[in-house]
Amino acid sequence: MMKTGGQILWECLEREGVTNVFGYPGGAILPAYDALKHSKIHHVLVRHEQGAAHMADGYARASGQVGVAVATSGPGATNLVTGIATAMLDSSPIVCITGQVGSKLIGSDAFQEVDITGITLPITKHNYLVTHAAELARTLREAFYVARSGRPGPVLVDITKDAQQSSCEFDWESAKPQLPGYRPNLSPEPKEYEEALKLIHNAKRPVILLGHGAIVSGATHEVRDLVEASGIPVALTLLGLGAFPSSHPLNLGMMGMHGEAWVNHTIQEADLLIALGMRFDDRVTGNLKTYAPNAKKIHVEIDPAEINKNVKVDVALVGDLRDVLRALQPKIKTVDRHEWLDSIDRLKGDSAVRDIQNLPDSGHLYAAHVINDLWRETRGSNTTVVTDVGQHQMWEAQYFKHEEARSLITSGGLGTMGFALPAAIGAKVARPETDVWVVVGDGGFQMTMAELATIVQENLKVNIAIINNGYLGMVRQWQEFFYDSNYQATPLLNPDFAKVAEAYGIRADTVTQRSQVVPAVQSARQYGGPVLINFQVEQEDTVYPMVAAGAALHEMIRRPSPIVETSADE
Amino acid sequence: MLNTFVVYVENKPGVLTRVASLFRRRAFNIDSLTVGRTEKPEVSRMTITVDADQDQARRIEANLYKLVNVLLVENITAEPTIVRDLAMIKVAATQAARSHVLELAGVFRGRVVDVAPESLIIEITGDEDKIDGLLEVLQPYGVLEMVRTGIVAMRRGSKCSSVVSSANPLSQAAGDDDGDGVQYSV
Repeated sequence: MMKTGGQILWECLEREGVTNVFGYPGGAILPAYDALKHSKIHHVLVRHEQGAAHMADGYARASGQVGVAVATSGPGATNLVTGIATAMLDSSPIVCITGQVGSKLIGSDAFQEVDITGITLPITKHNYLVTHAAELARTLREAFYVARSGRPGPVLVDITKDAQQSSCEFDWESAKPQLPGYRPNLSPEPKEYEEALKLIHNAKRPVILLGHGAIVSGATHEVRDLVEASGIPVALTLLGLGAFPSSHPLNLGMMGMHGEAWVNHTIQEADLLIALGMRFDDRVTGNLKTYAPNAKKIHVEIDPAEINKNVKVDVALVGDLRDVLRALQPKIKTVDRHEWLDSIDRLKGDSAVRDIQNLPDSGHLYAAHVINDLWRETRGSNTTVVTDVGQHQMWEAQYFKHEEARSLITSGGLGTMGFALPAAIGAKVARPETDVWVVVGDGGFQMTMAELATIVQENLKVNIAIINNGYLGMVRQWQEFFYDSNYQATPLLNPDFAKVAEAYGIRADTVTQRSQVVPAVQSARQYGGPVLINFQVEQEDTVYPMVAAGAALHEMIRRPSPIVETSADE
Repeated sequence: MLNTFVVYVENKPGVLTRVASLFRRRAFNIDSLTVGRTEKPEVSRMTITVDADQDQARRIEANLYKLVNVLLVENITAEPTIVRDLAMIKVAATQAARSHVLELAGVFRGRVVDVAPESLIIEITGDEDKIDGLLEVLQPYGVLEMVRTGIVAMRRGSKCSSVVSSANPLSQAAGDDDGDGVQYSV
């Protein structure tokens, strides 16, 4: 039957399983919004288009489904850019729909015209400009297919105003994707499996490096089967947290720049690294010249372009992680690894003594306390934490123990401040039954705090923990370590966050003492609506351990030892 | 070393930008890029030469495949190939020098395609070395203007690229209904 482009848009989205979109209207997308009234899709009105992109991203990461953001042409489209890049770097499947000026006006510098397909070329998996309603159905089917298949990523569909307005015959069935060059699913050769098995069975000191791919591929069971069959310990990337239970005895914890010392030492001493769905980011390898010098490397990865990009590997298994592990696991022989595991235990050394959780209460409120208490209070419940970027993000990774996939949502690759609040909204919309906590710094919160209004308008129960230290904390830490404590442009003069929340109609609390943390968290959990807690923590606290940029992975700045108090000069 | 890739792409607007943008973004330096039609209207063919080691060349290939519009990538560097570049060279050719210039063009099997009182245009086809050779000997007479197409390359023998030899790559592209698990091939 005949439909307008606007009607076709929503119908195609419905057929792709979309129930919620995040958007902001404007001139060039108005015909599409006009057709929204006939759709079952719920539209979440954001306060800034960047928020829409992050919400779509948070939605996708919480659910595994494609998230959708909608914006108008020009500034609406450019405001999506940071959110699109964030999704690209973390392989998150989102589809962004943007309005575009009429096709006759393209290239004329018309009002609110911008070349958004050109702008987003390097930060999308693929993008489209649609100038005819008749192209819309096939294009949208392709967009969703490309976004969710293979290594997922963002796809942008730019639709001219006349394509939204004009009518054409709509036939979903015949509008099949035509992607002759697209091959998302590759499989390793049998010979490559054999080589990998040989390395695994010959290894004396193997470590599994587990990344985001395990969650994206839905391979958490397969990972667990492999780990338990092989007895090989697991180190996780930031985005891998949750892919393997923290409480499992073979879980070492997070590796990399702010990983625990024994995890990084284990990697440096290993004779085999088995990288599963991770890409050897510079934040996990440190200096490549000195990275795991005695280890053979196996890389299981869906994207062939990641093989040998940063770290040269001995065997590459290119394919979907779940499929590869299902093929690999039955052939794994159980080997006694207790010697290696004992030596890893010894590497832990005095780490526990240095841990702030084990130090006597100094009367100060530390972010690590807040996050650890938050974890204890929410343990065993269905809770997802969405963090921003900076010190609080690293403390969350260290002190909140994730047992389940998708229970941590954070911007890893792009490191986007301002991500947490909107991404949490997306996560809550995707999974209303889940308790969602935002853990955010005072700097990042102010980048996107306008979305507090979205929380209220959508009546969402999202809890917000601001880790407020009055600084751009991670930048301050770098200035302390590497720029002679020259705190240029890092101290923040903040508003009273509790009053800000109250102005939006959100219940607020301010916590300054350690004893107030647990009651505040409990009270927030019991309250029916959104709650913001402003945790005023120690101002000049430091994330330890730290591998300085460019340093070898084992050359860490350790936590100060409590025995030699004088060295703790921070 | 110089690597030569033959890249088949969908003949759609913006595909050249996607390919060029990829090389820029990944900091691979294109030495030469040519693009043109093939015997199939829906497929364009690029010949790209890039200075890259073996490992980089493999990553270039993998990254090209990540572009949705790329149908097939062949690294033909190590294979026996016919490589051709075309140049038009405008040479200062006064009365006195003209016969010398014509003689040189003849030696290189160049063709004179334009004659003016003070200059000639020589058209020459060949591999890059041959054209460089002609340029070198013409230099003393005064090269006024020069344009080169960049190289195109084709494998020797009867072996063909599957994109070209198969019935129609685009007709094999039908997906299934839900779009999941579709295996596309060229």
